[in-house]
Amino acid sequence: MAKIIYITDDNQNHTVEVQTGLSVMEGAVQNDIPGIDADCGGGMACATCHVYVNDDWFDKLPLKEDGEEDMLDMAFEPKRNSRLSCQIIVSDELDGLIVNIPSKQG
Amino acid sequence: MNKTDALIIGAGPTGLFTAHQLKLIGLDCEIVDNLDKIGGQCIELYPDKPIYDIPAVPECTGEELTNNLVNQIKPFNIKFHLSERVDEVKKDGDNWIVKTNNGKTFSTPNVIIAGGVGSFEPRKFSVKDCEKFENKSLLYSIKDKSIFKDKSVSIFGGGDSALDWAVELSKNSKVNLIHRRDDFRGAKATIDKVHELSKSGKIDLYTKFQMSSIKGKDDLESIEIKSDDEQVKTLKTNYVLGFFGLIMQLGPIANWGLNIDKKTIEVDTERFETNQKGIYAVGDICNYPGKLKLILSGFHEGALAARACFKLARPNEKYRFEFTTSSKAIKDRLGVKSD
Repeated sequence: MAKIIYITDDNQNHTVEVQTGLSVMEGAVQNDIPGIDADCGGGMACATCHVYVNDDWFDKLPLKEDGEEDMLDMAFEPKRNSRLSCQIIVSDELDGLIVNIPSKQG
Repeated sequence: MNKTDALIIGAGPTGLFTAHQLKLIGLDCEIVDNLDKIGGQCIELYPDKPIYDIPAVPECTGEELTNNLVNQIKPFNIKFHLSERVDEVKKDGDNWIVKTNNGKTFSTPNVIIAGGVGSFEPRKFSVKDCEKFENKSLLYSIKDKSIFKDKSVSIFGGGDSALDWAVELSKNSKVNLIHRRDDFRGAKATIDKVHELSKSGKIDLYTKFQMSSIKGKDDLESIEIKSDDEQVKTLKTNYVLGFFGLIMQLGPIANWGLNIDKKTIEVDTERFETNQKGIYAVGDICNYPGKLKLILSGFHEGALAARACFKLARPNEKYRFEFTTSSKAIKDRLGVKSD
């Protein structure tokens, strides 16, 4: 388990324990955290699980795979620290990870 | 007014197979889809990605699956209404009156929603005031390219649509191509062409920029673009084109009086009927205890919903279960010879 902190656009903190091996997207969906749509269900095909990763954490994440940046082109207001949360797999190293959820997904 | 035994909303794999099941049991059906092509998410989101969990098909792509399903319903000559979004579903006696955004109407006792996660709509700019210019000087698709002749056009996006149009419009217009990063995700030949045109001054390329504001009274006058490092540029432009792909929106379905929970429609597992008699939901858009969002589940759901339609479409007949291997009636419908 790792603690993941989701901050929604209205500045609410949602801290949940997510099982290692699940994605940050699945952690949000299973815990009913608003703002992550994940329309395609984790297939890296829709860009509706877009999050902004806290700057302290962004460089600690495993690098993006081919295709993630392409999908981020379509995300709502992408920034330098944008990631698709379906592509971030929770591990012990990510305990305390902070992600911000954009105001909308599309 | 189009009359049919069942109207299917959504031409993805579930909608296509549901149509097959309806025709097999002798019912008539038509299919409406907001996209301009058949295949739904399989075609729009992952035409080239292999799928490994279709029963008896070890591996196939979204496009191959769609083509196979289209072949499977070929004997039935099913009528498709593409580029039509269903906006309204209203009760009229024993029938439902269904209206699309382009004014087509249908009268049917059965409506089967096989709508995935809703209809595909273009992703839009988030910048304030963009809506004001939408469909006039700010466009998300092109119907008539002649309007851009000798005008200044600013194209946003990094995929094939943005690149193809940048190349095409650079012949007769002043083109700015703006993208949020240096890399493009289009065909290599097109990317090379864009860079070539940029070097020769035919296309003004702005990478690592995104739109920050849009200006103009009645007509669009200019836009501001901003880079990651806060550099701002003003571009005079007559048109803005945005190519950010499509997003699925539940859209008008939310207004049809159905029980909806988290963008999915609640159904029973015997008939896949919603809380409205004669309206069914199958595939990714339906929800019931244990629901799996798999294509194979959509096939099962469609098969049962099709049988449920029989009762309302043929109130004076009794549905009789038959196998395709042995039924003469089914073989006649398929146009194959009986033994």
